[in-house]
Amino acid sequence: MRIRIRKRVVESKRKIILIKIIAVLSALLADAIIFLFMNVDPLRAYYEILRAAFLTEYGLTETIVKFIPLALISFGLMVVFKAQTWNIGAEGQLLMGAIVTTWVALNLGFLPSYIIIPLMYFSGFIAGLSWALIPSFLKIKLHVNEVLTTFMMNLIAQKILEYFVYGPWRDPHGWGFPQTAMFPENARLPILPGTRIHYTTLLLALATCFILYVLIWKTTIGYEIKVVGGNIEAARYAGINIAKIVFLTMIISGGLAGLAGVGEVGGIKFRLNPNVSPGYGYTGIVIAWLGGLNPLGVAIAAFLYSGLLVGGDALQVAMRLPQATINIFNGSILFFILAFDFFTRYEIKLER
Amino acid sequence: MTSDNIILETRNITKFFPPNIYANYKINFNLKEGEIHALLGENGAGKTTLMRILFGELTPDEGEIYIKGKKARIKSPRDAISYKIWMVHQHFRLVENLTVTENIALGLANKIIHPEKEVESKIKEIMETYELRVDINAKIWQLSTGEKQRVEILKALYAGSKILILDEPTSVLTPLERERFFKVLKKLKENRTSIIFITHKLDEAMKSDRITVLRKGKLIATVYPYEIDKNELVKMMIGKNISFLTTKNKRSISNKKVLNVKNLWVLGDRGVYAVQGATFELKEGEILGIAGVAGNGQKELAEAIVGLRPISKGEIYICEKNITNKPTRFIYDNGVAFIPEDRIGTGVIIDLSVIDNFILKTYYLPEYTKHKIFIQYNKFLNTFNDAVKKYGIIVPNPYFPVKTLSGGNIQKLILARELSKKHKLIIALHPTYGLDVATTNAVRKTLLEESMRGTSILLISEDLEEIFLLSDKIAVMYRGKIVGVFEKEKADLHTIGLLMAGEEIRGA
Repeated sequence: MRIRIRKRVVESKRKIILIKIIAVLSALLADAIIFLFMNVDPLRAYYEILRAAFLTEYGLTETIVKFIPLALISFGLMVVFKAQTWNIGAEGQLLMGAIVTTWVALNLGFLPSYIIIPLMYFSGFIAGLSWALIPSFLKIKLHVNEVLTTFMMNLIAQKILEYFVYGPWRDPHGWGFPQTAMFPENARLPILPGTRIHYTTLLLALATCFILYVLIWKTTIGYEIKVVGGNIEAARYAGINIAKIVFLTMIISGGLAGLAGVGEVGGIKFRLNPNVSPGYGYTGIVIAWLGGLNPLGVAIAAFLYSGLLVGGDALQVAMRLPQATINIFNGSILFFILAFDFFTRYEIKLER
Repeated sequence: MTSDNIILETRNITKFFPPNIYANYKINFNLKEGEIHALLGENGAGKTTLMRILFGELTPDEGEIYIKGKKARIKSPRDAISYKIWMVHQHFRLVENLTVTENIALGLANKIIHPEKEVESKIKEIMETYELRVDINAKIWQLSTGEKQRVEILKALYAGSKILILDEPTSVLTPLERERFFKVLKKLKENRTSIIFITHKLDEAMKSDRITVLRKGKLIATVYPYEIDKNELVKMMIGKNISFLTTKNKRSISNKKVLNVKNLWVLGDRGVYAVQGATFELKEGEILGIAGVAGNGQKELAEAIVGLRPISKGEIYICEKNITNKPTRFIYDNGVAFIPEDRIGTGVIIDLSVIDNFILKTYYLPEYTKHKIFIQYNKFLNTFNDAVKKYGIIVPNPYFPVKTLSGGNIQKLILARELSKKHKLIIALHPTYGLDVATTNAVRKTLLEESMRGTSILLISEDLEEIFLLSDKIAVMYRGKIVGVFEKEKADLHTIGLLMAGEEIRGA
C-alpha cells in the first residue's frame, strides 16, 4: 500500500463544495476536543452558536449587520484578486471612507436627508477609492509592490483617524473620550425598526454582488480582468492595457471598502471613534478567498462568517467562556478550510 | 569498440499521468556499454519521461531499473549520479552570472570546498581527452549555445559519469556545431561512456549505434541503423504513412508591399541592441523565412513589429501605414496576426476555457459586443465551431479548460484564433517547434494556403527544412543583423548554415 498525491486536472465544482463541507466538519470535530477539555458540552456549544447567529431574530439581524461591511469589502477584494493584484489595504480604505463621511455629516448637516445621505455614500466611496489610488500609481509607474504599500497605507489611515478624534474633531461634550460628536438626525442612515440594519447599505451590497457578477462574466472589462489575472504575458501579447485593469480593480475595491466605512459610521455608531472597524478589512481578504473569488460564493462566505462572529460573541456570554476560546474556534475553522484547499487542487489515492 | 555488456536496463517501466495518459507503458529498454543509442519518437511519445525516470527526476508507477545487472534504487538525481548517470536537459541548467569553472564545481554537492586550481586542472585534463574546448574563465552568458552545451557535458564528465543522457541535444545547434557535437560523441564513446540521446530527427538517429523508437508511451522496437531505412523508421514513429508536403503551387506575387522594415534597432532584455539595423520588405502573398539560431534577435524583431517592444531607431510600415511604436492592439487591428514563440507561456491562458482563449484578439470588436461593453458569446460560437472543424482541433466543448489540451491542439487553437481575425500579414515564431509530424504538417499546410490567398508571412524558424519548404525568400539573422537575403532558388543549405554560424560569405 502506498499513498499517491496527484494534481487534479479538472477541479469539479461539486467536489470543491463537498471538500469545504468536510473541512468545516473537521474543524468542528477538532474544536469539540477543546470544548471537552473546558468541560463544555460541544453539541450544546455548537447549538448555541447556530441559534445565536441564525435562529433568533436578534441574532439573525446582528449577523446581517456584520454581513454588510464584510460583503462590501470582500466583493471589492474579489475583483482585485481576480486580476492577481493584492490589495491588503481595505482596512485603511474603509477608515478613510469613514473619516470623510464624518466630515460631511458633521459639517453639512443642514442639508436634507435625501441629499446628504447620497452625498455621504458618494464621498465615502471616493475617499476609499482615492486611498487606493496612491498604491496603484506607485505600482503602475514605479513598480512598487502593492502588498507593502497598501498595508502601510492602513497604518497611515489609522493614525489620521486618531489625529482627528483625539484632536480637532473631538466632541467637547464627550467626557474626554476620543470620539466625535453624534451625527445630526438627517445624516444618519435609515434603519429597519427594531434592528441595527442600515438597509440602504445592505441594498448597495446586494446590488454590488449582482453588478460584479455581470461585470466579471459578461463584459469586456471582466474578460480583461480574467486574462490579466490568468496570464499576464498573454494579456500583454493580446494588447490588453494591463495598467488600466490594475488601476480599475484597485479603485473598485477601494471604493467598496469606503462604502463599508460609510455604513459603519453613518448606520451603526453615528460618530467616528478609533474602533470603527474590528479588522473588517483583513477579514475581507479571507472571505474573498473562502468564497472562491466568485460573487455568490463570496456572499455566502461573508454571511456564514458574520454568523460565526455573532455566534462566538453569544457563546462567550452564554457559556461563560473566555474570549480566547472564541478566537481559537474562529481560527480553527479558517485553518481547516484553508488547509483543505489542498484537496481541491490535489487528489490522494491509496494504492496497492 | 562496442561490447555487448548491457550496462543499463529497464523492466516494465510504467508512468501514468492523470487523467488518462500513460507516458510510459511497460518499457523494456537496454543500453550497452560504450554505445551511442538514439531514442527516437514524436513529441509526447514519452522519451523525456523515460529519461527523467532514469535520472531520478520522476518515479515510475511500476517497473525496475537494473544497472550492470543489479537492481538500482533511483529516487532522486543524486541517486542517479551515484550510479554514474547524468542527464543534460534540453534547457540548460547553468548559472548565467558564474564562470564555467564555477558552474562545473557547483554541480557537485558532495563537497563544499573546491580548490580552484585543482578543479581547473581537472577540467583542462577532461577538455584535452574529449576535445571539448571552452574558455573556462568566461561567464556563462558570454557563451554561445553550443559552448553552453559543452559546459553541460563537461559537468557530467567532471562528476565521473559513465552514462550520459542528452535531451534533444541538437535542437539548439547550428549545422556546423551539430557536426562538431557528433565528433564529441565519438570521443566519449572511445572512452567507454555510454550515451542515450533523444531526437525526433531521422538523420541523427541514423548516425547512432542503435535506435529505440517510442510511440505513445510504448517501445515499438530497438533496431540497428544498418538493418532499416528512414521510411520504416517514420512508420514506426507515427504508426502510419504520412504524405509530406513537397512542392508549392506556383503563384504570382504582386508588387504590393505589405511589410516594410527600415533600419530597425531594438533593445533586448539585457540592454544591448538585439536587432541592429534590420531592413527588409515583404510583398503580398510572399513568405519570407528568417533562418537563424534562436537568440540572434528574431524574437525581438517579431515583438518590435507587433508593438510589444519599443523601437529605438528605424521605421516599420504595414501597407504604407507607419506603425512604428504604435500600441499592440492598433497593429493587430491593422491586419497583423502573430503566432508567439511560447505557446503555453504567452499564447494561451491555461485556466480559461477554450472559447475564452479563442476570443482573445476579437472580444472587443463591435461585431461581437453590445455597446462595446457586453461580450456576446453566442456570436462567437459559429466562428468557433467552424474553426474547430477547419483546423481539426480536438476539444469536447467550447467551455473546456485549455489546460487539458495537448500542445499540438493548443497550437491549432492559437492558429485558428489568429486567422479568425481579418489579417494580411502573419508573423509566425517557430510555429511548429516541438509539434508532432501530423500537426507540423497541418500547420505548414495552413500557412501555405494563407499565402495562396494573398497573406504575407514572416516565418521565423530554426528548422531549415521548414524554411526551405515554405519560403519564397530566405534571410539569415545573426547577432541582430540580417546577413543575407536570397531568392529560394538561389539559396543553398550549406551557405545558409555558414551564415547562421556567423561566417562571412562574399557576394551575399
